[in-house]
Order: sequence, then C-alpha cells, then structure tokens
Amino acid sequence: MIEKDQLTANHTKNGLANEILYEQKAFTKKREGGLSLKANPKDVRTGVFYIDGDVAAAEGALAAGCKFLGGYPITPSTEAAEAFARRAPQVGAMFIQMEDELGSIATVMGASLSGQKAMTITSGPGFSLMMETIGFGAMLEIPFVIINIQRSGPSTGLPTRTGQADMMQARWGSHGEYEVITLSPDSPQESFDFTIKAFNLAEKYRVPVMLMSDECVGHMTEKVEIPEADKIDLEPRRLYKGPKDKYIPFKPDKDLVPPMVKAGEGYKLYLSPLSHDQRGHPLLSQKSTTRRIVDKIRLNADDIIETKEDGLDDAEVVVVSYGITSRVAYRAIEQARKSGIKVGIFRLITVWPFPDKRITELAKRVKGFVVPEINYGQVVFEVERCVHGNANVVLVPHGGGWVHNPDDILGAIKKIIKAKKKYEGVFEYKTELEKLIFGSGA
Amino acid sequence: MTEIRFGGFGGQGIIRSGIIVGRAASIYDNKFATMNQSFGPEARGGACSSQLVISKDRVLYPYVTRSDILVALSQEVYEKFEPELKDNGLLLYDSDLVELKKTKRVKPYSIRATKFAEELGNRIIANVVMLGFLTAITKVVSVEAMKKTIPASVPERFIELNIKAFEKGYEHGIKQVKKTRKKLTTDNSATTYKK
Repeated sequence: MIEKDQLTANHTKNGLANEILYEQKAFTKKREGGLSLKANPKDVRTGVFYIDGDVAAAEGALAAGCKFLGGYPITPSTEAAEAFARRAPQVGAMFIQMEDELGSIATVMGASLSGQKAMTITSGPGFSLMMETIGFGAMLEIPFVIINIQRSGPSTGLPTRTGQADMMQARWGSHGEYEVITLSPDSPQESFDFTIKAFNLAEKYRVPVMLMSDECVGHMTEKVEIPEADKIDLEPRRLYKGPKDKYIPFKPDKDLVPPMVKAGEGYKLYLSPLSHDQRGHPLLSQKSTTRRIVDKIRLNADDIIETKEDGLDDAEVVVVSYGITSRVAYRAIEQARKSGIKVGIFRLITVWPFPDKRITELAKRVKGFVVPEINYGQVVFEVERCVHGNANVVLVPHGGGWVHNPDDILGAIKKIIKAKKKYEGVFEYKTELEKLIFGSGA
Repeated sequence: MTEIRFGGFGGQGIIRSGIIVGRAASIYDNKFATMNQSFGPEARGGACSSQLVISKDRVLYPYVTRSDILVALSQEVYEKFEPELKDNGLLLYDSDLVELKKTKRVKPYSIRATKFAEELGNRIIANVVMLGFLTAITKVVSVEAMKKTIPASVPERFIELNIKAFEKGYEHGIKQVKKTRKKLTTDNSATTYKK
C-alpha cells in the first residue's frame, strides 16, 4: 500500500514524475527556433532520378546528414546498403558491413552517441536479431533510424517477396516497455522524403524511428525528385549548452526530451541500460526514466502523428491502411465511388504512435472500417480498439508475397454497406485467394 | 494505361530494359511509370522478368495484371507469359530465341535482335535493339525520350554502340509496321491499341 501511495504522490503532487508530466501543458508546440537547419548541399544529390525505393531511402538518409551505416545486407534491402556504400566516400560517410545484425545495430548506437546521425538497413530476420539492442537504444534515448524493408513470413519466409507483418514487432518487439515512431512509405519518392522525416523525428524525440517500408516499395522503380539542399529542413541534434560540470544526461527539457552531448568530449556521461535516474545511475524504482521514455512519445503524439485523409466528410465506409496497401486500396476506392458508394481513405503515415482519437471520432458517424494489410491482422485490432463498438471493422487479410487484389478490398467495402448487424469483434473478409487455397466453406 | 512485361534470361539486360523505358516515359515523356522486377532465386541464366506500368495518371497497382505488351527473349518466358497477354496484345520476340506457336489471339512481331547485336559488335546490346523495335511498334514511349535516356543509362564508352543498336531496332520496327499495315489493311491494332 505504501508503494501505491508513493506512486500516486509522484503522479499528482510533488514527485519527480509529476514535475515532468504536468509541465507538458506549458510546452509550446514547436521548440524555439524550430527547424533551423538546412541540408548540406554536399550530401544531397539534387535531380530527377528513376530509382527504386531502396536507393531512394539511402539517398534520403544521406540528404538528412546520416554519416554512418552499420549493416548486414539482407534481401530485399541490399540495394539500399549498396547505394549508401557507393555514395558514402563522396560525402564523408561510412558504411561498415558488420559480422552480423547484432553487431550492426550496436555500431549504430555508438556512432549516434558520438554525435553522428546513424542508421541501419535490414529486413525481417535482421530486424528480429536487432530487437534487443533496439530496446537498449530506446532505454538510453539514442536517436537512430532503422530502415526495415519488410518481407513475408516468419523466419526466412519469402525473402524476395513483400509483407507487412512486422508492424507489431516494430512497436514492442524488444522486451520491457518503450515507444517508437514508425513511418510507412508507399512509393520511392516517399521512401526518400520519409527517411529524412525519420531522422528529424529521431533527433527531436531521441527515439528509435523505423521506416517500415516493404519489398514492393523497396524494389519498385519510379521517378524520384530530390530537391535542392536548401529546400530540405533538418532537425539539429538537441545539444546541451550549459556548463560542463552541471550536465545531467537524462534531465529532460519541458517536452520530456533531454538534451545530449557528444560522447568523448569531456562531459560526465554515464550510460547504463539499467533503469536509471537523471544522472544515468542505476535506480531500482518507478522514479526512473522508464516512465518518461513512454510519455515523451505518448504526450507528444498529436505533434508526431501524421495521416492523410481523402473523402472522409461524407464517407459511409473508411479504408484504414498504410504503406503499399494504402496505394493499392485507392484502386478499390475509385471503383467503389464509381458505383456510388461513399468511401474515404484514412492513410496512416505514422502507424505508431497510433491516431486513436481520429478513429474514435470517425467511428461515431460511419458504418464501418475496412483494414487491408499484408498480414493476418495486426493494425486492424488497434482500429477495433478505437472504434469502441460503434462501427463494423472488416479485415482484408493477406498472407504476403504479393499485394492485395483491389477486388477483395472492394468486396469488403460492399460487405460493410450490406451489413445489417454489428459484427462481434473484427470480421475477417474471405479473399478470393483464401477461397482458392482453403475452400469457401469455412 | 499500358502494362508491359519484359522477359528473358538473367544477364540479357531485362531489368535494364524496364528501367530504360520507364525512365524515358516518366522523366522525358512526363507520364507515370512504375517498374517492378520479379525476383526469384534465379541468378544469371535463370528466368528473369520485369514489369512496367505506364499511365498518364498515378499508377496505383504496381504490378502487371494483364499485359498489353510482352517482350520475350527466351522460349521459357514466352511460354510462361503468353497467356497473360490481353487478346490482340503485342508480342515482341527474338525469332532466333523463341519458337512461336500458331495463334491468332495475339499480334506477334519478330526481330533477330541478338543477331543484329552481334553484327554491331556485341551481343550484350540485344536488349537495346529490342527497345528500338519496341519504340517503333508500340509508340508507348517517344523516340526522343528514348534517345535522351539511353546515354544516361549505359556506361559512357558504350553510348555510341547502344544508340546504333537502338536505331537498328527502330528502323526494323518501322519497316515491320509498314509491312503489317499493307497486309492487314482492315486491322491496324498495332498502332491504335493505346487507350
């Protein structure tokens, strides 16, 4: 009981957590000055190119000022590592092919702490191997970017084919609790743009940011316009500016994010992935920074969340989707609109943090949500949670290897229009492919 | 919207062909062109194909569903992807590498691309001969766009050779189109298939 009381005190009156949590309201949306830094013209390969999503992501990283890639190339992300390695010497960046994924992600931590922007590029199996160290990065609030060109299936799966089944792993794949930010591009152009955005968010919130691309986007070649350097805004590292002896490594600013120093420049920097206090020293209590690494994302979620909406004003059905699937879904939406169905799209650019409020709001006035994703249901359950039983939720599953057939998404849209009752939980739409493989009986 | 599939052995420049046409269409002809490559476990010598969707609007579905054009540089690819061609679709093939079955469903156009390439000095440019042929017959990209794209897509010392190869294929294509027009006075789908 004492412990509980103590906790309550922390959160309501005079505890440490209180101090951090409630000053939040006073925090202005944009930090003073905002994005003041522009990309370095040396890093940006300005022009119009016909390149694939992997290469575009590598160019995006370089344009964002990424100077280190520690990786263990894996299909279907290899092209990104190759492109980065090819360009690295021209811009004074470094690519190290490590002995494995565990080593790769560890080098990224070191590079970032030394003051450089750093990232790794991988796919499913590598992503799994990196999980432990991703938690380490989240715990020590190290800004870095992971590009995950998702492929299909557990384990080795379908190495050369697409999938979107790492979404839940991206969120909480490492043990313990933390929050991350993910971005889902649907084209090579967005691979470029979102990689820059990923670095900006990583620096702003000192958090691992994941570009959750997939094989289809990674291997898709399209026109990519890389703008002039002065058109690219970068988030500078939040450097500590006070006197050396006063530096407290995990003492946050008002937006819950602590400023950083470069390791090795004479500051007292104690980094331990044990639960720690503001000085970084081990602390076996709820007063540690763990609460804050969750809150710094949750309480800033409104600023982080990015979505695209189309036709939601009078929509009866809303398609909630992300990445390549949201693009394919557009074809179904066009067809549905032709037949007079009022359907809108709610595209998640950041899947995590999840736009809870908007879904809850929409659920009060639409018939239902269609959630196509290249997995057997991950983000759909988040949608269901936010709907609070106010509308139907239909999943259009896909086992991976390919993108959805737009006809299946159209079928699910019609299903909602025709539905006379509320389904209990998520209704799984039977796709043509599933009928073919497993029969239509079940 | 036009869906094109290129296919052949790994090493014949199949993927490169898709990239060149896509680049020409999207950068110089200001259309939308999405290229995707079929990856299998194949290395050089195995079956290989690339798919290209060209449209005046944004391409939403990035793969070929029913192709309008099939460019076949191997028998295997021809047999595998011929059924995917739409009725009256265009089949462009190397007559030394592909033996055609009798069919009236599709419109075949043949060129001895590999032989022409060898005559020009290097069989590796057979794909570019084919691209010249494709440009002449299908008009899916403009000649100007292709001529701007090729120098930017090949190593510098091979630019001249590639342009020659392109022109060779293009001339041959123009001749074929004229011949076909004479033969099929009532059916000129070769030039009007575009929607």
